[in-house]
Amino acid sequence: MNRLSLILCTIGIITAAQSCKMKNTESVVGGDAAAKVYVAPGKYDEFYNFVSGGFSGQVSVYGLPSGRLLRVIPVFSVNPENGYGYSEETKAMLNTTNGQIPWDDQHHLELSQTNGEQDGRWLFANANNTPRVARIDLTTFKTAEIIQIPNSAGNHSSPFITENTEYVVAGTRFSVPLGDADVPISSFKQNFHSTASFISVDKTSGHMNVAFQIVLPGMNLDLSHAGKGPSHDWFFFSSYNTEQAYTLLEVNASQKDKDYVVAVNWKKAEEYAKAGKGRKVPAEYAHNTYDEDKQTATSVIEKDVLLLDPKDCPGMVYMIPCPKSPHGCDIDPSGEYIVGSGKLAALIPVFSFKKLMAAIDGKKFEGDFYGIPVVKYEEALHGEVKKPGLGPLHTEFDGKGNAYTSMFLSSEVVKWRLSDLQVLDRVPTFYSVGHLMIPGGDTRKPAGKYLVAYNKITKDRYLPTGPELAQSAQLYDISGDKMQLILDYPTIGEPHYAQSCPAALIKDKQVKFFDLNKNHHEYVAMGEKKTKVVRLGNRVDVYMTAIRSHLTPDNIEGIYVGDEVYFHVTNLEQDWDIPHGFAIKNNPGAELLVMPGETATLKFNPQHQGIYPYYCTDFCSALHQEMSGYMRVSPKGSNVPLKFGTGIIDSAKTASK
Amino acid sequence: MNRKPFIAAFITASIFLLSCGGNPSQAPAGNTPPPVTETAKAADDTKGVGKFTNVELTHPLDDKMIKQGEGIYDLKCSSCHKLSTEKLVGPGWKGVTDRRKPEWIMNFATNTDEMLDKDANAKALLEVCMVRMPNQNLKDDEARSIVEFMRKNDGKN
Repeated sequence: MNRLSLILCTIGIITAAQSCKMKNTESVVGGDAAAKVYVAPGKYDEFYNFVSGGFSGQVSVYGLPSGRLLRVIPVFSVNPENGYGYSEETKAMLNTTNGQIPWDDQHHLELSQTNGEQDGRWLFANANNTPRVARIDLTTFKTAEIIQIPNSAGNHSSPFITENTEYVVAGTRFSVPLGDADVPISSFKQNFHSTASFISVDKTSGHMNVAFQIVLPGMNLDLSHAGKGPSHDWFFFSSYNTEQAYTLLEVNASQKDKDYVVAVNWKKAEEYAKAGKGRKVPAEYAHNTYDEDKQTATSVIEKDVLLLDPKDCPGMVYMIPCPKSPHGCDIDPSGEYIVGSGKLAALIPVFSFKKLMAAIDGKKFEGDFYGIPVVKYEEALHGEVKKPGLGPLHTEFDGKGNAYTSMFLSSEVVKWRLSDLQVLDRVPTFYSVGHLMIPGGDTRKPAGKYLVAYNKITKDRYLPTGPELAQSAQLYDISGDKMQLILDYPTIGEPHYAQSCPAALIKDKQVKFFDLNKNHHEYVAMGEKKTKVVRLGNRVDVYMTAIRSHLTPDNIEGIYVGDEVYFHVTNLEQDWDIPHGFAIKNNPGAELLVMPGETATLKFNPQHQGIYPYYCTDFCSALHQEMSGYMRVSPKGSNVPLKFGTGIIDSAKTASK
Repeated sequence: MNRKPFIAAFITASIFLLSCGGNPSQAPAGNTPPPVTETAKAADDTKGVGKFTNVELTHPLDDKMIKQGEGIYDLKCSSCHKLSTEKLVGPGWKGVTDRRKPEWIMNFATNTDEMLDKDANAKALLEVCMVRMPNQNLKDDEARSIVEFMRKNDGKN
């Protein structure tokens, strides 16, 4: 997106121009729009829509067509709503080789697939800043695993997947030296590399591992998508800054007429890796897993990674010239067409997989880029969409032979036909559209009913809220020949890429509560009888239970200033939608939200003597206000004995007041 | 005396009561029968609402079921029910097998929300206890073992 800042200055003019053209709500929204998006109270939406949270680091979940926000899934940022990253159990999820990172930048999402179709098992998410890939479990909507990517920076062309979720990829937007080499920035050409990492995904458990990294010349890998059907074995990455600039990129990385689409034969890469053509090098990266059984995350630092160098692996990587600074790299449902969206070009180049294969077979190369063969542009080209609009970014497909491309600069969505590349329709967006999403629109089987445009700029669209405005999503009905804007709603953070699947794919397999009998948390209290407070030195473990409407123990004495007190709260409820919250006055360690059947731990390190009330923060019953307790913190070195319980009345002291 | 704060508090409390179930149809309605005591209901002959319409009790008591029932009690029930007659959050269990048919107990334990919405005795209990009994998701055999444990607690054989 670097060079987009170059052209941001023109946005004002363009948006102004749009308002002159009367592209306002009244002129584009049809009379039946409300009926198309109305989901009556108590009724369900037709689709789940998973939307990247951008600089919020999280993933949001909306219902379509209503646009109702259903949930925010914490992934790469701590989450005050449910204690993610704060509870002792989840802190490890955000661990990296540089310790816990509380906030990242989340750009793209991909739903797991089998045979090129969504299978509703997992959702993958990338962290762009500190390169990581997350796997979210779609039965719990919890982040199950996060793996850090070594030898990478700006993990942008991620987390796109192969057709059977064999691999999730992670490509570097910012080339860096391998390892932690200390080199001059000006030695970019000699020392900096981009890498395309292939993370294997276990078919059953979903467990991820960095299988191999393909080391590429210094350039910026931008976006990617896997081939489908006939192109199943291939992965395609767009690139920019093949000029290899390392300063003032908005000018210096926009010099060449063409950059490249990098075509990687991942099947071949897999074979080379197996055949020992790779080089295992030391590389430290964090691998964090949430264990559902123990309800606890652990972080392991991995020690090495396998590198594949294209010069040792002939036939593994080819470059296709692509005008100009391509952004999106999207493959149509048939797997035949590769759409590179040159964001600074006034056309959309569409490549043919068949022609690409023929060109490779016939060695129709125009040269090489650091030893990697560069296929002649025309030899791989299916054709160009002429004058589609300004600033083409991303393309999705409807499964009926049509493609839809977002136009950032001219703020519109353009529908065109894959076969003859004719523009069929265009609609305005409000404003500066980035990604597009059609449910299944990047799979073999799109559900071509809706299209959502994710917009960067919303000024004048909603009631103003000071300088900081929401970004937005705009829903279009694309079931007819003409696209029709039917809804416009604000989003959290910055929506980049999104995914959507029919609700039926995952709705009925939702976990409603965690079975207490399967709770193997180290500090679970299996029933009130098992509640206790245990001191070991200055560490105190409180085995606490919560059920409507009391906490046990709700009186605790014998805690001293400076103690490290761990409250392990087990929610004994076994019913859907009955979480209990837990908060202690003056605790800098935040709060908890504990799902039914779950155990979660809050650490408290009291620094001052006194009485500390604690209570349930989630309104749970008519007696929720009563769901509270007291902890007495005494001066360090005092001899107040350890004492705890619920419902124990000290009659002597009560009477002697 | 300024009654406004009192009235406001009363209204707030009423709203809490009405909203406690989340589902309006589950909230205690205004036309529910007046609160009745546990003993007053002893004569009631209902089996409650749910799948259990005929439970054959066996003699002597089944030790295996008692053990299972006690384990479930410790984990999922003891937070709110004492084994004596004393009410904690819910009624104490002493004498429950005299007050209730096994079918009613098992229906309440497994079909909690519907019972609280439809069964007159369950609704009356809600007005006494003011907390909807949590559905602890007991399986059929677990509910049966709870009954056996209750029988043991009541000194049955």
